Amino acid sequence: MTRRHQRLVMVLLMLACISAAVAFALRAFNGDLLYYLTPTQLAEGRAPAHGAFRLGGIVAPGSVHRKQGSMTVHFVLTDYHHAVPVVYTGILPDLFRVGQGIVVKGQLVNGVFLASQVLAKHSAKYMPPGIHQAQSSVPHRKMLALRRSLREDPGA
Amino acid sequence: MIAEIGLYALILAFLMAASQTFFGLAGAGTRRLRWMAVTRPAAFGQLFFMALSYGCLTDLFVTSNYSVRYVAKYSNALMPFFYRVAGVWGAHEGSMMLWMLVLALWTALVAVFSRKLPVVFANRVLGVLGAIACGFFLFTLITSNPFVRLLPPALHGGTLNPILEDPLLVIHPPMLYMGYVGLSVAFAFAVAALIGGRMDAAWARWTRPWTLAAWIFLTVGIVLGSFWSYYELGWGGWWFWDPVENASFMPWLVATALIHSLAVSEKRGAFKSWTALLAIAGFSLSLLGTFLVRSGVLISIHAFAMDPRRGMFILVLLGVMSALALAVYIWRAPLLWEDGGGFRFLSRETLILCNNILLVTGAAAVFIGTIYPLFIEVFGLGRLSVGPPYFDHVFIPIMFPLFVLIGIGPYLGWKSGSLRALFRRLWIPALLWLLAALLLLFLASDSHWPLMTWLGVLFGSWVLLTAFVEPLRRLWLRFRGEPVRLPSGVLGMSLAHFGVGVIILGITVSTTLGVWRDMPLKPGQSYRMAGFRYRFDAIGPARGRNWTGVRATFSIFHQGRLFAVVHPEKRHFFPDGGTTTNAAIVGGGLHDLFVSLGNPLGREKWSLRFRYEPMVIFVWLGGLLMALGGLLALADRRYRIALEVHPFLPIEEAPKPRDPVEEESS
Repeated sequence: MTRRHQRLVMVLLMLACISAAVAFALRAFNGDLLYYLTPTQLAEGRAPAHGAFRLGGIVAPGSVHRKQGSMTVHFVLTDYHHAVPVVYTGILPDLFRVGQGIVVKGQLVNGVFLASQVLAKHSAKYMPPGIHQAQSSVPHRKMLALRRSLREDPGA
Repeated sequence: MIAEIGLYALILAFLMAASQTFFGLAGAGTRRLRWMAVTRPAAFGQLFFMALSYGCLTDLFVTSNYSVRYVAKYSNALMPFFYRVAGVWGAHEGSMMLWMLVLALWTALVAVFSRKLPVVFANRVLGVLGAIACGFFLFTLITSNPFVRLLPPALHGGTLNPILEDPLLVIHPPMLYMGYVGLSVAFAFAVAALIGGRMDAAWARWTRPWTLAAWIFLTVGIVLGSFWSYYELGWGGWWFWDPVENASFMPWLVATALIHSLAVSEKRGAFKSWTALLAIAGFSLSLLGTFLVRSGVLISIHAFAMDPRRGMFILVLLGVMSALALAVYIWRAPLLWEDGGGFRFLSRETLILCNNILLVTGAAAVFIGTIYPLFIEVFGLGRLSVGPPYFDHVFIPIMFPLFVLIGIGPYLGWKSGSLRALFRRLWIPALLWLLAALLLLFLASDSHWPLMTWLGVLFGSWVLLTAFVEPLRRLWLRFRGEPVRLPSGVLGMSLAHFGVGVIILGITVSTTLGVWRDMPLKPGQSYRMAGFRYRFDAIGPARGRNWTGVRATFSIFHQGRLFAVVHPEKRHFFPDGGTTTNAAIVGGGLHDLFVSLGNPLGREKWSLRFRYEPMVIFVWLGGLLMALGGLLALADRRYRIALEVHPFLPIEEAPKPRDPVEEESS
């Protein structure tokens, strides 16, 4: 093989590698991207038609219920404007509690979010993205009422 | 008082770094020996004052001096001495201090071991290192001063996150930082050589041990972090493609490519500008990692800095440093054009080139997945995340060709290899591999392994079987009485490649054959999984020095006999009320059994997680073998001889019409 041939083979090899990588990446990107929404965005109808996505919000006061002895738990995620009922079967993270900001992953079925994963971040002050802005536009009175109910909630 | 001394020492260390930068770069540019004579003492001064400043912060932590804000926030008198010392780097400001201490340490080491390098070159290296240090000193002094006082002083300390109170985690950040920051040495060597316009085999030989050392630390750091998340986070799993993990993994991949391409630059004088580019990319990626972790753009356990100003500062720092380095590269790379002697298609150079392409492609794939959500959010296109499936689908296929090449590359000759020689060396392992594959097919035919298990085991065993061919061949020749040496470099490479094989087996078997289930049980009930029976015996209160919690007792039976009694726990820590899940793990050999306590469900029931993890220990064992291989290669006599060959090189490196005067590049 001459030099030129070698170089040509090299370039072709590189192109093959890169195009294979791009092909893999595009294929994976299509299937593996998870959109993140807040309850308000969900209410605006921005949920993907099918497939999983992530939803962030605050665990609403008084909404956590579980049938005794069962791993299935019901709760409501809110951004103080809209609320979404969530069902989850499995182990809740240590930081899961009322008033805590969490992110759930799953699908929306008939208006109920079926969560396959519950993520509570390693900070008690964690606010899921988008919730903070949504919260600050809530009238002061409404916030106070929410805070009060949060304090009085026995589950908190 | 101590806090003020610490701050003054920090400022003095900054001034030392600034003079090191100026006299290093300008002295080398103008060829003034007197200027250059300042550089080394400045580097030692920087280390001295940085260590003093760091020592002051440690003293404040140990004595729980709550009049300093950082200490009041993150230290607590209830913490044992050990953790108060380690607590210094438990949060943002202190970890920046550790970062700079490590950089000062590397710089001082370079200053010590560069005495035999050409003076101008050594000064440029130290100057570039000083410029990096200056950037970080400014960052710390302006945005994250750890010595800020708190008025009035706090009465109680804060706490370290309880899951960070762990001996392994105490050494994980220093190791990782030694690796991250160590890549700055390779970066400085590359930039210095580019400024000088000359990059020869001797350059590659000087750079190799430094890169190797940084790579070893990075490897150990990543292995420790992975092991920690497996046994401390409480739910199992040792790699999550978390952005912070990726932040350390990308520089590792590039550093691995760099080690290999440096070998070509040293032995054959080829790939030089590519090697320089890799060195620049490696350190830029570790700066990017710092940005990702420190800026708070990523919300994860590691991201404790939530200050956008800090993120901006590091981003600017990253931009300026990479842009300057790339500018020097564009300006000088044409000078590096020197015929590397050329090589045939079938040669070790080709395979190392493929290795580099694959590793860099892998790093690029990880990079895209890590950065993409940030881009989407910055441009206001919504919020999304790229999950582990993306990385699994993209990264793993890129690695398979690498696993084939790893078994062939070391046995092809430089410049032009012959298939016949390759066959002569590889026919025994190839035969063994075929036999092993057939045996496996026969033994595991009814075990319904998924395709990935087969692929992983076959590729992994290929890597394992071919790893030690070269050392064994040399030993055999020596046994036959021929004068063949077995340098520790060859041994190190074989061991590191063997480690890769071990990792492949560990990852494949534990992820494809591992099982986990979440189950609700109450005391007295049993659960059977993967051949083991777990009996929930009891659960009751427990308390420790700074926590209260619950502790359960499980008896694990295997084939009707008691295998182990374990105690998973749930701990609530007093000062801040953090909760940790302390899983019980037994095994440690061919398989791990893993029980962790979930939530109380009412009616005495608890949700529990059971995991069966076959061969998971191989993942970290392989990583440690790789690091050990690196250590062996580092011990090769060649590098020490190399350092002694060149002391008398003249000051002038390359004849050039005019030498540009370099200003501070930070």
